[in-house]
Amino acid sequence: MGQKLTPGDSRSNLYNPQLGMTLIVKTVTRWVKGFIFLFGVYIVLYGHLTPGGGFAGGVIIAGAFILLTLAFGKEAALERMSKTVASEFDSLGALMFLMLAWLGLYFGGPFFVNFIQRNLPGKRFHLFSAGNIPLCNIAIGIKVGTSLFMVFIILSVLRVVVKKGERRMVQMKRRGE
Amino acid sequence: MNVIPLFVAIPLAAAFFIPMVSQKFRWVPDLLGNLTAFALLVMAVSVIGKKDVYIMGGWAPPIGINLVLDGLSVLMLITISLVGFTATLFSIRYMEQYTSKLRYYSLFLLMMGGMNGVALSGDMFNIFVFLEIASVASYALVGFGCEHEELEASFKYLVLGSVASTLILLGVAVIYGSLGSLNMAHVSRLIVEQGMNKALYFSLTLLVMGFSLKAALVPFHAWLPDAHPSAPAPISAMLSGVLIKVLGVYALLRISFNVFGMSPLLANILIWLGTISMVVGGLLALGQWDYKRLLAYSSISQVGYVVLAVGIGGAVVSRGDSMTVAGLAIGGGLFHLINHAAFKSLLFLSSGAIVYSTGTRDLRKMGGLKDRMPLTSGAANIGAFSISGIPPFNGFWSKLVIIIAAVQARYYWLALTAVLISVITLAYYLKLQRHAFFGPASENNRDVREVPLSMCIPMVLLAVLCVGMGLLLLPGPRAEILQPAVDALTMGMKYATVILGR
Repeated sequence: MGQKLTPGDSRSNLYNPQLGMTLIVKTVTRWVKGFIFLFGVYIVLYGHLTPGGGFAGGVIIAGAFILLTLAFGKEAALERMSKTVASEFDSLGALMFLMLAWLGLYFGGPFFVNFIQRNLPGKRFHLFSAGNIPLCNIAIGIKVGTSLFMVFIILSVLRVVVKKGERRMVQMKRRGE
Repeated sequence: MNVIPLFVAIPLAAAFFIPMVSQKFRWVPDLLGNLTAFALLVMAVSVIGKKDVYIMGGWAPPIGINLVLDGLSVLMLITISLVGFTATLFSIRYMEQYTSKLRYYSLFLLMMGGMNGVALSGDMFNIFVFLEIASVASYALVGFGCEHEELEASFKYLVLGSVASTLILLGVAVIYGSLGSLNMAHVSRLIVEQGMNKALYFSLTLLVMGFSLKAALVPFHAWLPDAHPSAPAPISAMLSGVLIKVLGVYALLRISFNVFGMSPLLANILIWLGTISMVVGGLLALGQWDYKRLLAYSSISQVGYVVLAVGIGGAVVSRGDSMTVAGLAIGGGLFHLINHAAFKSLLFLSSGAIVYSTGTRDLRKMGGLKDRMPLTSGAANIGAFSISGIPPFNGFWSKLVIIIAAVQARYYWLALTAVLISVITLAYYLKLQRHAFFGPASENNRDVREVPLSMCIPMVLLAVLCVGMGLLLLPGPRAEILQPAVDALTMGMKYATVILGR
């Protein structure tokens, strides 16, 4: 959406040559980042049929954003997903998982019962099967993806700056904003 | 609808809900935090006297996960939610001194959910998971102020807490490798059928070490005197009041009585750990000049009393002597546990009130607060009298029961030590009262005022409890609350039959 940014435009950190790694890394990252993200989504959605699942897929989704952070700098990645949004999604994933467990109680079974499978079992080995396990996988994928990204961002808050031969740690952000 | 899973689900849901909505509305964290804590209190009171096994997701016990509600769990749930409710009420004004209240309440409720989970879980690995939830939240809460001293204490706590978690995880793994099961009732049954082997003794050692580290018994106590004073006061109350008891003492008792079965060796280990903690904690507390640090050392000493009493009970059980004496000792220990939760959280809240008003934790800079802060000092004095065992208050009754049980079990020296340490306890609390509340008012405290009402109410509530909890020894309330908890431990390895139902 919006107008297209051209290389050298200072409005986007994505094209800022001052930040991040070399041009080679940036170019390759620009090509593969979408595919990594899509692969993560695939692993999450097919978690009940093929190896993988919510956690593995979430890690791959977070990997796409971490690759962005490494190649283009923290600012470029935060442009795609800001800290607030990541924190909201983090809580949302956990809440979704809890709500699925709670719905089991609501539909008259024990906590965490597979209520969809019980009421409308799907065809075996099809995408829409296994009851609420795919939904649980999606919730876990959101939670793990965003929270691993957050962990990485918070670890990169302390940045070593080399200036006139002296190394010093600069605290970029203060707590509690 | 069954209420048992909600003990874990409600605090977790609130903990994740608060950060989502609180970006816009500033008053949401206070309201939601207090409502959740109050709901948990109501739920905990509503399950008094009930016994149930809840099977998660419809998978039967040896494979699936079950939650177990018995007398001991109920006792723990009541303690957690009572102290949690007073602490959240206290936090409304106290935490105004810090930023990002939403993170505070979020972590606080995560910690409560984790503790409820430990108290309810019937599965070894689930105990580890819930223990980690509660511990990780508490590491963050200890360092919440982000000052130099707090971060250092938090880091120390983090390192030693992680060592404890690793030991516990290793112990659980050895159990699984040796028996092929993680369900506590099933493990207990397999141990009765196959007997103990070397791997299981190794696992028991690891678990005792891990849970003793969480309970801060004396050879493992190094983190506590730093971590508990550095946390914000309501968190200190939660840590000293319930966290070390649920993660440490409760889990230790559960595995030693119900999973591995009490043996004379294990009972002796508990007795020694308890006695050493009691003596060393008490003697170290004598020399402290920091209000909260003195309370922290006193926690080590009082938890020593609990472990000592339960160890005596275990020794009597494993000797096969009279169950009355065993019941008396274990009952005394558990009674002291809940009493300690009440008066230690009261004392930590009062320390918070004093820091809020005077801005210092140093006893030498206080003095004369009796006239300036009448409610706080009245409540703190009741707490100090209770913990040192002055007759009408609750601490006297639990210590009396422990000492009578020690004499009846023919541990005369331990009874004498308990009396002596009680005198020492009185000595350091007299020192605290003399320097903080009585004596001449110091120059700094001329214009000190009483804390706001919302901070006074929890302290008064806990003070009333300190006066009234002696009534729990009367036959009626005792049969409702204490006796089921004692029965849950003295039934020992019959636990498996009760849970698995065959």
